[in-house]
Amino acid sequence: MSSVLVPDIRQACVEPRHIDGEPERVRRIRAQAAERFQALGWPTTRLEEWKYTSLVPLAAIDWKTDERQPEGQDPALPFGDRPVAELTFVNGRLHTNRSALANEHPGIRILPIREAMETESFGQHFARYADYERHALTALNTALWQDGAYVEIAPGTAVEGFIHLLYVGDGNAGHPVMSHHRNLIVAGRGCQITVIESFSGKGTYFTNTVTEIVAGDGAVVDHYKFENESIEAFHIGTVQVHQERSSNVTSRTIATGGGLVRNEINVALTGEGATLSMEGLFVLSGRQHVDNHTLIDHVAPHCDSLELFKGILDGNARGIFDGRIIVEPDAVKTSSRQTNRNLLLSETAVVDSKPSLEIHNDDVKCNHGSTIGQLDEEALFYLRARGIGEEEARNLLVYAFASETVERMKIDVVRENAGRALFSRMPRLKAEGRGQKAEGGLR
Amino acid sequence: MTSTIEQIASQEYKYGFVTDIESDQAPPGLNEDIIRLISAKKNEPEWMLDFRLRALRHWTTMKEPTWANVKYGPIDYQSICYYSAPKQKKKLNSLDEVDPELRATFAKLGISLEEQKRLSGVAVDAVFDSVSVATTFRSELAKVGVIFCSFSDAVQKHPDLIRKYLGSVVPYTDNFFATLNAAVFTDGSFCYIPKGVRCPMELSTYFRINSAGTGQFERTLIVADEGATVSYLEGCTAPMRDENQLHAAVVELVALDNASIKYSTVQNWYPGDKEGRGGIYNFVTKRGKAFANAKLSWTQVETGSAITWKYPSCILQGDNSVGEFYSVALTNHYQQADTGTKMIHLGKNTRSTIISKGISAGFGQQTYRGEVKIMKSAEGARNYSQCDSLLLGDKCGAHTFPYIEVRNSSAQMEHEASTSKIGEDQLFYCQQRGISAEDAVSMIVNGFCREVFKELPMEFAVEATKLLGVSLEGSVG
Repeated sequence: MSSVLVPDIRQACVEPRHIDGEPERVRRIRAQAAERFQALGWPTTRLEEWKYTSLVPLAAIDWKTDERQPEGQDPALPFGDRPVAELTFVNGRLHTNRSALANEHPGIRILPIREAMETESFGQHFARYADYERHALTALNTALWQDGAYVEIAPGTAVEGFIHLLYVGDGNAGHPVMSHHRNLIVAGRGCQITVIESFSGKGTYFTNTVTEIVAGDGAVVDHYKFENESIEAFHIGTVQVHQERSSNVTSRTIATGGGLVRNEINVALTGEGATLSMEGLFVLSGRQHVDNHTLIDHVAPHCDSLELFKGILDGNARGIFDGRIIVEPDAVKTSSRQTNRNLLLSETAVVDSKPSLEIHNDDVKCNHGSTIGQLDEEALFYLRARGIGEEEARNLLVYAFASETVERMKIDVVRENAGRALFSRMPRLKAEGRGQKAEGGLR
Repeated sequence: MTSTIEQIASQEYKYGFVTDIESDQAPPGLNEDIIRLISAKKNEPEWMLDFRLRALRHWTTMKEPTWANVKYGPIDYQSICYYSAPKQKKKLNSLDEVDPELRATFAKLGISLEEQKRLSGVAVDAVFDSVSVATTFRSELAKVGVIFCSFSDAVQKHPDLIRKYLGSVVPYTDNFFATLNAAVFTDGSFCYIPKGVRCPMELSTYFRINSAGTGQFERTLIVADEGATVSYLEGCTAPMRDENQLHAAVVELVALDNASIKYSTVQNWYPGDKEGRGGIYNFVTKRGKAFANAKLSWTQVETGSAITWKYPSCILQGDNSVGEFYSVALTNHYQQADTGTKMIHLGKNTRSTIISKGISAGFGQQTYRGEVKIMKSAEGARNYSQCDSLLLGDKCGAHTFPYIEVRNSSAQMEHEASTSKIGEDQLFYCQQRGISAEDAVSMIVNGFCREVFKELPMEFAVEATKLLGVSLEGSVG
């Protein structure tokens, strides 16, 4: 069936989109990317990297971009007026731009990416890192991107507070809407910046985002991604990080929403002494399918990376962790650790974990671990012995499992928000139903 | 220190002689006529020929797999000679009548059949090129009802058992190399342990490729009936040659209710020279099926072969069945290995353990690829995997690709892997106490592999330790 439908979709998608005033280079890249997408086609489960995720339901829909100017009420802002700058996008188009104040600072430039195409940094970095030659969905984004954020921080500038990018999907446009966001974040030498990306929406829509982050020498970049799309939405998000000498990047991804989600985070440690901390958490239920795909490429010597992904799965949800660490021949003195821990709460939840290491030199210290299990019966007993009800005790333990990732978030308001969001997602377990299973099923 | 390591690593392959025995060869090439020729030479019944032909027809529709993390030039399957047997002048009545030159070869290899027979109490089935030449201790085994003979004998004498179990674990359609094997296999070992019998001695097969331009395609089938127990050893060597030779074997284990099979391999095929010329392509399919309360245990020490492509697997079908995989794999010079296991949990309360130790030196590339699959029906399944890699030298690589797929929430599974080099401090500590660098390395590596070696039967453990020492010499820097 899919073979009949897929070519139609391809035909519909490959025409590159052009924005008025686009520089020649962007036009060329878009055309190349469109060609690549046509050549690659939609990824299938025959590809090792897409082994566990089928895009047939996504490819079968005739998606169109929403060409209307966003109108109506402002989307709900999770952080209120706390961000120092905020851009909101509805169905791929800029809705509000609250960056005037921040832009008064000489070292900070926050623009919709459409308006930044003439800047020097854009020319230098755009589409340099996110590989549209091999990744079909990055190619699709590169060919079709509508808008996004451009953040450039001058060397030595420390941005107090955080920049918030909010993407809202609206499935009530009369036709299936797809939106392609493209962001470029350039952090100059020795600067400091925190960027938060949030995704939410209602109804059925398809979001495809590519964010390229360049961390210059000694830059400190914190990137947070809160993926809380509508339960019927499709979300493909690629974050591509390029780290230079002694830069320090923190990446936090929390996925709670979306019907079919693919989070792709790729980091290249290309300068000596760079450090990376990557954490992820996915809390799923119902029929959600979330595929986390990470690649950490140690190119330069003396780099450290630390990766932790945790999954909590309930209902018929399916969670995937496919993490890959590559240590290139020259990357001596690499230290790398990768951990994936999963908690299965229902009989029908499914998890696939594929942590892999690819090491090409001997002067390294690398390890990885993966566990899949249930709540600890003894911990549960401990709590219940102290008069805490079964349901509550379970929720407490699940929350404890998840909270590690949340507690390490540096900004108070972000941490509180994430904690609240997480708590509201705690599975409401039926004590009776569980009690019967407790003997055979859970331990 | 580097020089000593180089010395050790560059030790010559000591099994690289050719025995001058006339062999009876079929012309190279692969087609139905060759299959019919092999089948006719072995005087096989119609159903066996039919099995082979079906496999060949299926094989022609298949493509060589490319997913493994190994690189090699194209193999011309039409230039391989699929049948090569040591020429025998007459029918043999006893071991003593085996060609003296052949016996000398085995003596040189350190498995003198007589000595084996007298001293070690291990029953050996030696397979030379693709034909089984001698099986020791057959009569003593027969007393307890154990059948241990070459595959071709089994086809003649125990057709019912063969028909029942052949292809029951690895069907002829399984994969490219298993299908090729099903079409052209010339011999191998067959072993049947009757109900409730504990096999009184360790069984062993010895494989050697001798002739040039041949491939070795043997097939091993071990059936442990209800409550039976057996330990089985397998060893392999080959002469040194410039060209690459293909070895595509299939091993099937069937452990019925309450049975237990332990299968140990010391694989020391010719690994090629220092520049990576020659060597054996070892593309092997090994799989066992465990029924209720049965236990399967794979232990392997892989030091040879230019390319190893091997995943001894367990299908844990029965409730409470147990699967184990212990492996030490070493790649030196330009050797490549993509090895690991598959544990498929189907029954309730099934347990599996994976301990894999990879050592990579020189330009060696080593990949652990393992899959743990816990199916819906596998209530209470448990898995523990540990894969450690040791890197010696800055040109080698070690890769770990575990696949963990859980379909049942009552499963508990853990996977751990680490990659590092020999610590300078450990080396320093040993050297400071008067242990030479090379001994220290050997000691540390042996310590690293201890968990696996202790699973090997005694005779093999000694050999494996020595082999590792030899293969490693000169690799620490």
